[in-house]
Amino acid sequence: MGAAPASRDVTSYGMGLAAPLALFFLLFFVAPLLQLLWLSLHNDTAALHWGLGQYLHFLADPFSLGVLGSTLLLGAEVTAVCLVLGFPIAWLYQRVGPKLQTIIILIVLLPLLTSVVVRTFAWIVILGRQGIINATLQSLGIIDTPLKLLYTQFGVVIALAQVQMPLMTLPLITALGRIDPNLDDASCSLGAGSWRTFFRIVLPLSLPGVIAGCTLTYAAAITAFITQSLIGGGQMLFMPMYLYQQASTLQNWPFAAAISIIFLLAVLAVVSVFTTLGRMSRGYGGA
Amino acid sequence: MSGRKRTLEAISFELVMTVIAVIALVIIIAPSLVVLIVSFTSGFSLRFPPPGYSLRWYAELWNAWQLHFAAKNSLIVALWATSLSVVLGVAAALAISRSRTLSARLLDSLFMSPLVLPALAFGLAALMLFSLVGLPVSPLTLVIGHTVVCVPYVVRNTVAALAQLEPTLLESSAVLGASRLYTFRRIVLPLIRPGIIAGAFIAFMSSFDNVPVSLFLRDAATDMLPIRMWQDLEGKLDVTIAALSGVLIIATVALVAVMERITGLSRRLTN
Repeated sequence: MGAAPASRDVTSYGMGLAAPLALFFLLFFVAPLLQLLWLSLHNDTAALHWGLGQYLHFLADPFSLGVLGSTLLLGAEVTAVCLVLGFPIAWLYQRVGPKLQTIIILIVLLPLLTSVVVRTFAWIVILGRQGIINATLQSLGIIDTPLKLLYTQFGVVIALAQVQMPLMTLPLITALGRIDPNLDDASCSLGAGSWRTFFRIVLPLSLPGVIAGCTLTYAAAITAFITQSLIGGGQMLFMPMYLYQQASTLQNWPFAAAISIIFLLAVLAVVSVFTTLGRMSRGYGGA
Repeated sequence: MSGRKRTLEAISFELVMTVIAVIALVIIIAPSLVVLIVSFTSGFSLRFPPPGYSLRWYAELWNAWQLHFAAKNSLIVALWATSLSVVLGVAAALAISRSRTLSARLLDSLFMSPLVLPALAFGLAALMLFSLVGLPVSPLTLVIGHTVVCVPYVVRNTVAALAQLEPTLLESSAVLGASRLYTFRRIVLPLIRPGIIAGAFIAFMSSFDNVPVSLFLRDAATDMLPIRMWQDLEGKLDVTIAALSGVLIIATVALVAVMERITGLSRRLTN
């Protein structure tokens, strides 16, 4: 029999087991992205001439920059709404019994697992000219003519916030569960009120969860193609649709590739800002 | 809670938090309920509340062969993508979960990166590569693309399940003379199975619902359900789609209930 060293660790497995997935990712994830980068560095559709033309075209074009700006702003708005609505859910979760906890989690999970087209379709029914909100307000005599809710920034933000809420709430629930409940009591017995305790103790200690939630929500919100296109309608253009139009309708692959790379870099920049903040907050939480 | 006096301030805080939480939960659940109710309308439009109730749009759905065709394609691709994700993802999770080396951490971030990178950009990139190497779009390209974006869920849930596995169990098994394979089959696999199933479930749901990758990697012969629905909705507001949404919502709720029983899904996603 083989002379296996006695000290061989039986609790871990060899890295070789990761090789198939690593190879799969190399072939079908890394290689396509490199090919995308390569194509974006060409000035013509036939990919014969190297150059930064596509990037210069994007960066010198107020329209393109406007699309990028409104996409990044949209992400910030959705993240803010998710945080303001999601934090109290996580807080409530820690306050109730196990039965209610399971119900809260399943409610929060529901949008994550329901088809994105279905969720978005529901918002069209709610926000439309004859939708529930307009019908209710009109029947109460508060408004005469229907409000324009669909195809507005407000509509896109609220629909996206509902869709992305689990991505914010789940990390928050985990983070709040890790806070020692004695700290809450200690703060109160030392004379701090509930609001003060919340903002000085609970919120800072839950920062890793807040940051994890913000990262996921932000990334998901700015890449949410279906919700953006159906609720935003033709008037509002965000990066994913811009990318799709250039690639699919106009067949301008090098420019679409450049848009993709700029979009990827923007997402990566936001994620790394959040990650840096997360590292700082963990240091703070551990202090 | 110690017997501290409930001041007005404490009450105001709890009231504000509870009210916002309840409003948020209502906002989360309302759209699904609205669609479900509207789908039983007897009328031709998506009015709420409906003028009357009937199952006519569900009957209509029975004959919508285009939707059936798309649903079948989506189901097949999702099953293949999930199977591939489980095989590749569980093996990778075993390798990286207990290793603290740099390569393990790098691989971990590589396998997780499809979660944050825009899937649409990946879809376009995959299409470009496939057309460069002369592989035409087909169910195969769809399965490959979906696997890339579904694998992170399997890896993450399996790693989490492995992290809760007591190393002493593996050591005792080895001390008692069990081979590594036997220990894996009889100790590790049964204990991490709920984690794998939860990961596979989320991977399946996200593949079945995937738009950004399918958008570039399918053609008319491989019409996918979410894309078919999206394109139908861009044209008109169809009550048949509401009925289809009703079916999908009910199926989702049923599946989540089953998963909660088998895997304790809710605990798994909050730990």
